[in-house]
Amino acid sequence: MQNIVRTRSARIGATVAAMVLLVAVVLYLGHAKGFGAIQYVQLVLDGIRGGSIYALIALGFVVVFNVTGIINFAQGGFVMSGAMLAVAFNNLDLPLPPALQLALAVVFGVAGTTVIGALVERLTIFPARHSHTLTLIIITVGVYIFMQGMALLVWGANAYNLPAFSSLALEDQILRSGGIMLKAQSLWIWGTLAVVLVGLYFFFERTILGKALRACAINRRAAELMGINPSRMSLLSFAMAAALGAIGGVVLSPATRPIYDMGLKLGLKGFIAAIMGGMVSSPGAVVGGILLGVLENVAAGVTRAGFKDIFAFVVLILILLFRPQGIIGGGERGVEQ
Amino acid sequence: MLADSGGGVAENTILEVQDLTKQFGGLLALDDLSFEVKSGEIFSIIGPNGAGKTTIFNLISGVLSTTGGEIRFQSKVINGLKPHVIAGLGLSRTFQNLQVFNNMSVLENVMVGRHLQSAYGMISAGLRLPGGQREEREIADRAMEHLAFVGLDSMAAMSASSLPFGKQRTLEIARAMATEPKLLLLDEPGAGLNRPEKDSLEDLVRRIRERGVTVVLVEHDMAFVMGIAERIIVLDYGEKIADGTPDEVQKDPKVIAAYLGDEQMHLM
Amino acid sequence: MQREGWRRHQISIGIGVFAIVIFLLGWLEMAQPMGFEFSDITGGIVTFDTLIRVGLLTTVVVGLNMLMGHAGQISLGQAGFYAIGAYVSAIMTTKAANRGINVLFPGAIGEDWWWPWLMILAGMVITGGIAYLIGRPVLRLKGHYLAMGTLGVGLIIFVLFREGGTFTGAADGVGSVPRLSIGSFEFWPRDRYYFLVWAVALAVMWLSLNIVNSRVGRGLRAIEGSELAAQTMGVDIEKFKLQVFVLSTVYASIAGSLYAHYQTLVNPTPFGFVGSLDLVIMAALGGLASIWGAPFGVAIVYVIKEVLRARLSTLLRGAGGEHEIIIFGVLLVLIMIFMPQGLSYAAGRAFAWLRNPSRREREEPLDRLPEKAT
Repeated sequence: MQNIVRTRSARIGATVAAMVLLVAVVLYLGHAKGFGAIQYVQLVLDGIRGGSIYALIALGFVVVFNVTGIINFAQGGFVMSGAMLAVAFNNLDLPLPPALQLALAVVFGVAGTTVIGALVERLTIFPARHSHTLTLIIITVGVYIFMQGMALLVWGANAYNLPAFSSLALEDQILRSGGIMLKAQSLWIWGTLAVVLVGLYFFFERTILGKALRACAINRRAAELMGINPSRMSLLSFAMAAALGAIGGVVLSPATRPIYDMGLKLGLKGFIAAIMGGMVSSPGAVVGGILLGVLENVAAGVTRAGFKDIFAFVVLILILLFRPQGIIGGGERGVEQ
Repeated sequence: MLADSGGGVAENTILEVQDLTKQFGGLLALDDLSFEVKSGEIFSIIGPNGAGKTTIFNLISGVLSTTGGEIRFQSKVINGLKPHVIAGLGLSRTFQNLQVFNNMSVLENVMVGRHLQSAYGMISAGLRLPGGQREEREIADRAMEHLAFVGLDSMAAMSASSLPFGKQRTLEIARAMATEPKLLLLDEPGAGLNRPEKDSLEDLVRRIRERGVTVVLVEHDMAFVMGIAERIIVLDYGEKIADGTPDEVQKDPKVIAAYLGDEQMHLM
Repeated sequence: MQREGWRRHQISIGIGVFAIVIFLLGWLEMAQPMGFEFSDITGGIVTFDTLIRVGLLTTVVVGLNMLMGHAGQISLGQAGFYAIGAYVSAIMTTKAANRGINVLFPGAIGEDWWWPWLMILAGMVITGGIAYLIGRPVLRLKGHYLAMGTLGVGLIIFVLFREGGTFTGAADGVGSVPRLSIGSFEFWPRDRYYFLVWAVALAVMWLSLNIVNSRVGRGLRAIEGSELAAQTMGVDIEKFKLQVFVLSTVYASIAGSLYAHYQTLVNPTPFGFVGSLDLVIMAALGGLASIWGAPFGVAIVYVIKEVLRARLSTLLRGAGGEHEIIIFGVLLVLIMIFMPQGLSYAAGRAFAWLRNPSRREREEPLDRLPEKAT
């Protein structure tokens, strides 16, 4: 089979055929459930919402990987920590108007997590920076375990609540149009993603620090020789990843109740999205995230909700097998050296 | 004199490279390179840094894939084959940036070289079947022989990483020889060696050739190459600029220009 | 460096000694001299049940050690293969009318004593087959990507079992799995099963040690030392990685089947990501490149978990026993930073020091992960 897939045109043909087949299967299954256009649109919209979160998380993976070469298993922990810290702040009894308190809670969640990210880097990554890849992976796994455990300790196993940003209440505003429902929080999510992307663009293209980070990602040795301190870049990348993850967690919280183990699945899916971007490409990660969100939601919608997670992993396997360099194509040979 | 045609290939040609091209993204590392190596000779590829010498080795041994052109080993096309298959055909090599197995002893390094000369697999190994045990003793004995051939037998039990640099280079040669190759590619074997070590190396290369192995050397040290090679090609920016005996190449103005600008270079 | 004389049988002797230790432990529990049970001596922390579970997971972790420590591959989904073995055995041996295979093929399940054993074999073949199919493409990936691939595989398997409806019993799982017996000799009560489980674990260790010290093991270590050089010396990297991967999953399958017949109830819970993670941690703690380390890594993790569960609940009010997770995480990070080769390497160095405290040039124990600078 590998020989057939070798010619470029054959590959394109196979991809197109696969996609057509996929759409056909989806339509068939949906038809069996009596789906009309509206249902599909709804599924896609909800999928884009979830996908935007994956995109944010994926960006965190990409930043760390680009600068340090590490896959940060603790990324999911940052997502969770952002959400939980925001909830904790919001639940404090402070004499503030709810809107302000919520806003401060968001800030607290993101800032606090950023600090945690920096601490994680200094305490666990930096001392082991010369270690084997496997060692570093296990370390980040250990960090995640620790974070999840701490969350369990501090906040227990309950699911919490963060008010929706628009209504400042647990019930969100719902926009309706022609049978399609959209929660107002979705707009916040998309807006946040857009702002983050613009911010990242300016950071990487227009600031010295951002360019230094990029230099480190492209060629660590050369960057070092130019006077850029790789260890500080590593710290910065972790802090950024933590911030990105936290933002995702916070903005998701009103829609999906934060709980101590939310980081596991979200982290995994964000990682899959990052792989879809070849692990090195930010736009790829964003596209990957949104695509993943849509794919899994539509697929779960036409089959069974319990299967939702499988689709993400199936996508993962398929990408790793057939296009490891990502959809938008990152490094020349992606994961195979 | 230059026999780089597709037609009349001399019968004792062991390696034939034709129109070899390698592109790395925007960088053209090798451009339509063609040359031949005759069986039993000591052949050398020289050229300034970045001329593409190690790339040639990587292409021949199958580590990199070609962008264009053909490589034939004993009349069989080998570009596109996996490295371990190429090794099985009788082509072995050493590495410019040492690839000694640091997690093993000196002897075990060479024993890996015997991999292709043995066959017992997981089942035989797991169950300690007598056939496998016998083969294992064979492997160890032959490996010792190859160590003795290069003079490292007294260090067999030492950890490979504890060997001094020069001896690690020799170890790589022993390991490559253990595969019983017909063609041996030596990538900058003299780099980092002092004078006496280089003399030993020269002697070793001659003894290797006496065993019937064709040797292709990529080297930097002019004096060393001139003293040992029978035919040389000179590379510059991925192109062949000279091909001939040491005398011919030495006097070629293009070669001199490539190495030192327009200064007259005293090579011997 | 062919070892001569008795040293040639070092491995078999070592396993033999270990077997004697295991036997003695089992005998102690059975005979209970002076009325002592394990749980009495260790304050309820170590029980016979613990030892059996350690034995089961040792079989899995030995395979993982070979894969991760000797072939340099990473598997974050090994629990999935453990699950396949467990479910195949469970589904194919329970006779509940509306469960498992009986839904599709009523009466297909054999009644004889040899049927469950045959199903263990079937599980091995199925698991190995799946591993082969998945492994070929996935193993071409490197480092993290391989980790992710195996993670994805493990999770897919987990979700499939969880959503399997009446076939796999979904979240409730499959129950009433029969005990194993040979003829009329049943491997029950517990002490008999203990010997069975450890016999398998020891056999698996012996096999793996032999493999590691052979041409195959050398090939694996060569791949770890330098893939580039290994290839050009003729080692077919893909084939080797695949073989070791399949072997490790077969080990996991055997252990899974034994688990099913021990627990008599198989549900998806232990086979998720956390399960795979536990296995990796056990392998890492024992020393990734050390097969001898496997039983100790498993044992230590178990003991730590039990100790934490027992003690922490008194230290921290209202602790639900999940707090061992935190300490776990911390321990894991600390060990990986300061002792990445695991405890068996540390033990090896300690032995070397004990033998020659003054000798300056002590030979490095060679079965360890090479340190790579980033």
